[in-house]
Amino acid sequence: MIKKFDKKDEESGSGSNPFQHLEKSAVLQEARIFNETPINPRRCLHILTKIIYLLNQGEHFGTMEATEAFFAMTRLFQSNDQTLRRMCYLTIKEMANISEDVIIVTSSLTKDMTGKEDVYRGPAIRALCRITDTTMLQAIERYMKQAIVDKVPSVSSSALVSSLHMVKMSYDVVKRWVNEAQEAASSDNIMVQYHALGLLYHLRKNDRLAVSKMLNKFTKSGLKSPFAYCMLIRIASKLLEETEAGHDSPLFDFIESCLRNKHEMVVYEAASAIVHMPNCTARELAPAVSVLQLFCSSPKAALRYAAVRTLNKVAMKHPSAVTACNLDLENLITDSNRSIATLAITTLLKTGSESSVDRLMKQISSFVSEISDEFKVVVVQAISALCQKYPRKHSVMMNFLSNMLRDDGGFEYKRAIVDCIISIIEENPESKETGLAHLCEFIEDCEHTVLATKILHLLGKEGPRTPSPSKYIRFIFNRVVLESEAVRAAAVSALAKFGAQNDDLLPSVLVLMQRCMMDSDDEVRDRATFYMNVLQQKQKALNAAYIFNVRLCLSVSVPGLEKSLHQYTLEPTEKPFDMKSVPLANTPITEQKTEFAPVATSKLPEKPGPTRQDIYQEQLAAIPEFQGLGSLFKTSEAVQLTEAETEYVVRCVKHTFARHMVFQFDCTNTLNDQLLQKVMVQMEPSEAYEVLHYVPAANLPYSQPGSCYSLVRLPEDDPTAVSCTFSCTLKYLVKDCDPNTGEPDDDGYDDEYVLEDLEVTVADHIQKVLKPNFAAAWDEVGDDFEKEETFALASVRTLDEAVGNIISFLGMQPCERSDKVPENKNSHILFLAGVFRGGHDVLVRSRLALADGVTMQVTVRSSDETVVDIILASVG
Amino acid sequence: STLEPSLYTVKAVFILDNDGNRLLSKYYDKELYPSMKEQKNFEKNVFNKTHKADTDEIAFVEGMTIVYKCSIDLFFYVVGSSQENELMLMAVLNCLFESLGQILRKNVERRCLLDNLDGVFLVVDEIIDGGVILESDPQQVIQKVNYRVRHLQSQAVSTVWMNTDSDMSTILEDTDDYRKL
Repeated sequence: MIKKFDKKDEESGSGSNPFQHLEKSAVLQEARIFNETPINPRRCLHILTKIIYLLNQGEHFGTMEATEAFFAMTRLFQSNDQTLRRMCYLTIKEMANISEDVIIVTSSLTKDMTGKEDVYRGPAIRALCRITDTTMLQAIERYMKQAIVDKVPSVSSSALVSSLHMVKMSYDVVKRWVNEAQEAASSDNIMVQYHALGLLYHLRKNDRLAVSKMLNKFTKSGLKSPFAYCMLIRIASKLLEETEAGHDSPLFDFIESCLRNKHEMVVYEAASAIVHMPNCTARELAPAVSVLQLFCSSPKAALRYAAVRTLNKVAMKHPSAVTACNLDLENLITDSNRSIATLAITTLLKTGSESSVDRLMKQISSFVSEISDEFKVVVVQAISALCQKYPRKHSVMMNFLSNMLRDDGGFEYKRAIVDCIISIIEENPESKETGLAHLCEFIEDCEHTVLATKILHLLGKEGPRTPSPSKYIRFIFNRVVLESEAVRAAAVSALAKFGAQNDDLLPSVLVLMQRCMMDSDDEVRDRATFYMNVLQQKQKALNAAYIFNVRLCLSVSVPGLEKSLHQYTLEPTEKPFDMKSVPLANTPITEQKTEFAPVATSKLPEKPGPTRQDIYQEQLAAIPEFQGLGSLFKTSEAVQLTEAETEYVVRCVKHTFARHMVFQFDCTNTLNDQLLQKVMVQMEPSEAYEVLHYVPAANLPYSQPGSCYSLVRLPEDDPTAVSCTFSCTLKYLVKDCDPNTGEPDDDGYDDEYVLEDLEVTVADHIQKVLKPNFAAAWDEVGDDFEKEETFALASVRTLDEAVGNIISFLGMQPCERSDKVPENKNSHILFLAGVFRGGHDVLVRSRLALADGVTMQVTVRSSDETVVDIILASVG
Repeated sequence: STLEPSLYTVKAVFILDNDGNRLLSKYYDKELYPSMKEQKNFEKNVFNKTHKADTDEIAFVEGMTIVYKCSIDLFFYVVGSSQENELMLMAVLNCLFESLGQILRKNVERRCLLDNLDGVFLVVDEIIDGGVILESDPQQVIQKVNYRVRHLQSQAVSTVWMNTDSDMSTILEDTDDYRKL
């Protein structure tokens, strides 16, 4: 008996999929039976199912064949089989975008929507709205209004949700149904309440007062739907955020009261809303944290996940608020759901004490191989944050990271680990050698070109300055033998850096370089040949300029270089191309530490797009008055020249050129009954700066920002006059206008408005440049023009403060991470690098000592004497 | 970074078999995975990360929160944004699962689901409309869909396989009865 069954089962194939080998053409052929009389509901139903299945699998239907099938399907409306009719609605929705003339079914659907069969009415409304456009919507408006307030909940819900979908397309029509939606909101049915609330909010969300009234009404009336409550909580917290209302607002009370709702969904929504509010005090957070704590021991995995994910968020800003939950979080470390365990552990890493670090790290290593890459990245980021918090623990972390590096994992994961190791090396000099050793091991078997080249670059930068540089050579040269072109090229560059900085290694490096000159790849060979020739000169300055502080490719703006070269080819000249004419790239600000919660990994590739300065350069070049100024050297951050809440808002961006400055005033008129014309900012300089041109903004209508410019010539006979104060006045012609239409009067009158003074400082003349090896750069510039002076900074209390002040005052780039003052030190050296207007390198070494205020010895070197004088004069 | 108040809660819902093949799937956010290829990649990725841990019920993949459930040789997934209330997504998943359980007379397995695929399409259509939760009560869904299960033969066959310990002959008699129907 059983055997017989086995066989039968094989034949019918209980494991097979009856839809698996469907042929679209065969199914469409079958669809012809839709035209047969009488209609066979069962067979037709099966064919419709096949069509929907095929569409769902991504099968492509041509317009012709789809239209044909669609028209055949319309005949099935003659059958009264309920399931068949419902499947017709589904087919209509699925085919709405593929078939032509779908509106042919409008009258059938309208009939069903207003008919006696309640089972049809809701789904018919939803199908109808799917094929309706704005014009047709007006034709069925009457039915829609009736349906919204219909007694049958499924009809009302369908009408409300369909209206919501239509808001995007036909806002003006749907807006007229507010009263009906309002009525539906007081329905007894919980889903109708929820849908009505959602529609009302969408229609009113731009009217803060209406939203506020609506909230007031519903928070008092006591809705029954937990979904509606969640929606109300979201609306309330958005309104709180927008109005910046304090936490004594009734809206906050409402959200807090939802912590006592009987539905877990609502309680969690409220807790999450409170946690995400900016500026919550520990006391306000406490009730939310304690409900989340309760959820941590829920039998439902989703609830535990939700709770620990939210606690993780709290721990970022208020680690102390979460410490009460430490015990519950500890229990979650062994949770069978690894996502929960990971979140629990990363939260603990944020809230735990230094003494618990070792134990936690041991626990993570026990399961890290079982979790997804996304969560591995979360763990690495948590470790990274921990290293900053407890630098003394770096050896434990480093060990752990190196183990992770050996495990399997995707690119994002490996990159996170490598970045983390690099940041540990940079923060803790004593961890440098261990870290480099781990990275060396990693590149021995690394499939990611980007990471291999990044590590080779780091080895080239840091390796030569370690006590035993020779041990890295083997790892680097192995790359030349084994890897792809890009990695080989990076390895050659790294080798050259060892040769350039370690005299005893130079002979071996030259031998290796010789072998690289035989490489099959052009780039690798070119680099080897170039380095070979430079190294053979045995000149420190050459090595610095061309091997380890390569300025050309590091610091110019790439779009700027492209433009300059293009310009150069357009104007035939005997003169060589001047690299100094190329605008420098702004040094990227070190990236903000990202949040350590699971966040969507960005899908965008990192493209080196035009910088802010490139964009300004483009804009300024389009103005005729600014022709012939040359390349834009530096653009400052915007400076506000008015208070925040004034009639006119003006901010200034300073653009520095070789011999001129352009001041760009971005103005906004906040008065809706005024149109400003011929707007300009008149400037009175305190020094020998000469205002050459004003470029006014022709029109400045209400709330539309506009820009006017002033062109100023820098004093040529006194190059040391780098700072100047301008008193600024906004001048314009006012025309009163109708606030509603913006229509101005014919006549206007001149008026002016006094702005705050604008300062030009030494920082406006210096562009930041990062020198990866400051000592080499220092030697390269040489002491031809070196000056030194000592200052006492009486008002400064800490080294940190002094360092911050100097950097912002000079506007130069801190090198060798010298902007970070180690703890508990009484002295520090700050290294700054930049380029002065006109293209002269300038380096500053500043020794700081702390004792009753800060004493500062400043040494300045530059390729130009005037620049040295300017810097020292401005510091004093 | 507060969540924009909106009814659009569900980003996608899909049902896969135990090889990760798509049996049904709906994407409600056109911008999320616009092409079929991206959708299927996502489903594969989700499946790989969840099918071994079939009791975990919640996961985080490609920046999306996924709640899921497994039954015999089927996997049910509901997808929402990373900031979405997990319990709302769970309510949708539970409703879907219980409604199908009732419609398929507790035989929530692949063959039975495929034999009643029209009913499954209708159930999903009643629970979610364009990403909005339309209904979350399985009883209401069943009532609205008003669907009668079919193909009892294969259902009985699968029952045999599930109950190998029970008395074969009775089950086979049952099968014959069904066939007569």
